[in-house]
Amino acid sequence: MDQLARIVLDGIVFASYLFLVSAGLTFIYGVMRILNTAHGSIYGLGAYTAAWLLLRLWPGGSGSIPIWGSYLVLLLGALIVGLIIGPLMERLFIRRVVDRGEVIPLILTFALFLILDDVMKLIWGVDPLLADLPFSMLGAISLAGINYPVYPFLLTLVAVGAAFVMWFIINRTRFGKLVISVIADREVSGTLGINVPRIYTFAFTLGAILAALGGAFVAPMISVVPGISVEVIILSFAVTTIGGLGSVGGAAIGAALVGLLRSMAVQYVPELDLFVIYALMTLILLIKPRGLFGGVEARRI
Amino acid sequence: MGVVLEAVNVVRHFGAVKACDDLSVQLQEGQTVGIVGPNGSGKTTFVNIVTGYVKPTGGQIRFKGDSIIGLEPRKIANLGITRSFQVPQLYTSLTILENMLIALSIRSKQQWGFWRPLRSAARLEEASRLLADFGFTDGIDHKASTLPEGGRKLLDVALSFALQPTILLLDEPTSGVSVDDKFAVMDTLMGVVKHSAITAVFIEHDMDVVARYADRVLVFSEGTILADGTSAEVFANPAVRTHVLGEGV
Amino acid sequence: MTLDQDAAVARDAGVGRDARFRSDAESEPPGDRPVSPRARRARFERGRLIALAILAVLALLPFLGMPGWLLFLLTIAFSKGLVVLGVVLLLRGDLVSFGHGLYYAAGAYTVGLLLRAGFPVRDAFPLAVLGGVVAALVAALVGLFLARYRGIFFGMLSTAFSMILYSLLLKLYWVTGGTDGIAVRVPTTLGIQPSADLIRVVQYYFVLAIAAGVAYLAYRVVNSPLGFLMRGINDNEIRVEYMGASVRRAIYQTYVLAGALGGLGGALVAVTVGHIAPDLAYWTASGEFIFIALLGGSGSVFAPFIGATVFEMVRNYAFKLSPYTWQMLLGSVLLVIILFAPGGLWSIIERLTQRAAARRAAAADPGTGAGDDKGRGWALSSKP
Repeated sequence: MDQLARIVLDGIVFASYLFLVSAGLTFIYGVMRILNTAHGSIYGLGAYTAAWLLLRLWPGGSGSIPIWGSYLVLLLGALIVGLIIGPLMERLFIRRVVDRGEVIPLILTFALFLILDDVMKLIWGVDPLLADLPFSMLGAISLAGINYPVYPFLLTLVAVGAAFVMWFIINRTRFGKLVISVIADREVSGTLGINVPRIYTFAFTLGAILAALGGAFVAPMISVVPGISVEVIILSFAVTTIGGLGSVGGAAIGAALVGLLRSMAVQYVPELDLFVIYALMTLILLIKPRGLFGGVEARRI
Repeated sequence: MGVVLEAVNVVRHFGAVKACDDLSVQLQEGQTVGIVGPNGSGKTTFVNIVTGYVKPTGGQIRFKGDSIIGLEPRKIANLGITRSFQVPQLYTSLTILENMLIALSIRSKQQWGFWRPLRSAARLEEASRLLADFGFTDGIDHKASTLPEGGRKLLDVALSFALQPTILLLDEPTSGVSVDDKFAVMDTLMGVVKHSAITAVFIEHDMDVVARYADRVLVFSEGTILADGTSAEVFANPAVRTHVLGEGV
Repeated sequence: MTLDQDAAVARDAGVGRDARFRSDAESEPPGDRPVSPRARRARFERGRLIALAILAVLALLPFLGMPGWLLFLLTIAFSKGLVVLGVVLLLRGDLVSFGHGLYYAAGAYTVGLLLRAGFPVRDAFPLAVLGGVVAALVAALVGLFLARYRGIFFGMLSTAFSMILYSLLLKLYWVTGGTDGIAVRVPTTLGIQPSADLIRVVQYYFVLAIAAGVAYLAYRVVNSPLGFLMRGINDNEIRVEYMGASVRRAIYQTYVLAGALGGLGGALVAVTVGHIAPDLAYWTASGEFIFIALLGGSGSVFAPFIGATVFEMVRNYAFKLSPYTWQMLLGSVLLVIILFAPGGLWSIIERLTQRAAARRAAAADPGTGAGDDKGRGWALSSKP
């Protein structure tokens, strides 16, 4: 019973984390047909910025600002990173390769990933940043017979909030309508007078904010160290290909599947906790090459 | 002359459009057959069905007596039915010569070879001879992408011809070619084709072109064959005159 | 009547004589000017000479007072060059194997696990060959699935397969040693049991010889019907199928070959470094191979080796100078290559030698367009 509860809770929390880091990736791919390897770096920057701000404002666990503000600081950190890095990366680099197929952008963003990895080391050094104040502050509760920290559910709340905001933006705003039009046909949208490059910048920035948000809200749960971006990228690749590249809803389903599967593996066969993720990814790609919600596969021949 | 291709009651509908409606026809060895008909009369669909791109909803197609329904384009090509395309399909980043060399390597079933060079002396010799027959004498070391439209069309046909098919299907070999070049293109390719034992089928809009090169003309209309005979016979047919040539009665 | 005779008749009848459909050479970029057979021949001869000269210089390096670490670095670079060569063969068909670490690790762990299990043959050469064979077998299986995929999906599925191996290598520690990996001690190389101060030299020659042999094999492959078919697939898959050749089979064959090269390279790295770890299969290792492939370019079978050497040098020096910025430096180099020199280092070398050749020719004979001549005899041809 305890084990089951743990599986479900861990699964939900891990899925929330996966959704936050994957939603932006899949959204950017959907709009721009670019698989952004540097997405994990934006996550890393979000985590570092948030942790650094927390340590600055509450050195030693208390500061001049009320502690509940730390949650706002996390949000603020994510917004700062997303709003600066997103447009910068898109305008300076991504834009130049957006019409060079799928492979060149993938490799270009790999180069950006390498660069940003060192940027983080240069700015914050190589010692871990421990900023667990927002985490420890919330304490733990007893749920279904087990003690479980409260903070991870905040992460879930953020993920659900992000999902809602994404849904709202895409389906209820003018920007969303333009995005859908660009997704449907880039060229026609351009001739209809839609400023496609600007849509790209907005979409990329939105995706970047989501990645930074993931990093910022995960930061209090972990020790922020160099190289945290590396694993995130590959996990979000797995989630998005399972859900279907380009589908935000697919990313949610993919995140839930991977989250639960992994927490099950952790409980029953801990040796296979990573294996199950990539085995699922392979299986889905073999059965449905475009993922669960990737639309119909267009035969090339 | 034996029958090489036989279509029996072939049906293919795209929604409400009857692209092929109970179509039956036999093609004899060595014939040059022109297919005419208005847009949407099923000409290209017929070629697509024969080459395996489109599957018919009903009916039968036999090549030398064996059914070829359901076979992939690749298998059909290997049996001896090749085609050219309305929009030329070339290896544009390779040279004209290399395009032909690839076709020849595939014809001789050596496309999996990874040790001997593609540019073997024998293959080079044959490739330049074939290319010369199609009018490519100079500049065959230029990329195929540099060719003008007429040249692309010819190269497309030349590649399909080089595979030594029994039947060669040409989908509008002169579309996109300027009026001045039309007859030059047709003269060149029909000259080569007619000197072989190949059964050639070409789709064409220009009646003058059809009259000049086809031994036999098939007039398509709404997915069936409206008339079948020599060009003189067919163009004298009143139904053809109203439906296809658009003349008032 | 055979077709040849028919064609002859057609020629005699004066058909198809008019060469009005000549290519529009004016619109061609200068680098893509065609080559006459004679120029091609001359270029081939020159390419062969250059290849032999480079090989001779490389063979003499140990006598020129090269420090052991530099030989070690070159040995690693050439081993990785083998892996990258496989990646490049696939890239020419526009297939990005973003998971070639799978074969790299498969080759390396074949050696490591065999030795650990007490395999009787303990010489580097047969072990390396076995590494390649095992990787080829894995590729023969994985390729069955992958040959259906193109573009980003090919890349993602490759990644997924390599990550499966990674997770197994990492977690099945009672077999693989987990993150600690396995120490690889290969006592002999081709029967030679070198002393400690000579071991780097022996390994260097060993890997150099294999790399040279494989480069020659790759040269044959890219100029073979299969090699051209891959370029045809890149251009126009539809045409390939309608000519009666199987696209899937061409990709499959190339993939198995690329897998074998990956395994061979991995096995050689294992033997040279003496230690293997799961990271060999991690996605960053695969990314590195793609990186080197782009850095070197696909213009020649030498390009991957040049790329790998430059990569290892930069990494080595940058790491020594400033351990926190070597990735940044590599990333910047990659950025510059993608944005400004899509043909990689090889295209830069080619352009420089062409310019020099043109100048020389212009000085000797001002009347001719000697700029046509470019070192494609040994080249894989540059893609636009």
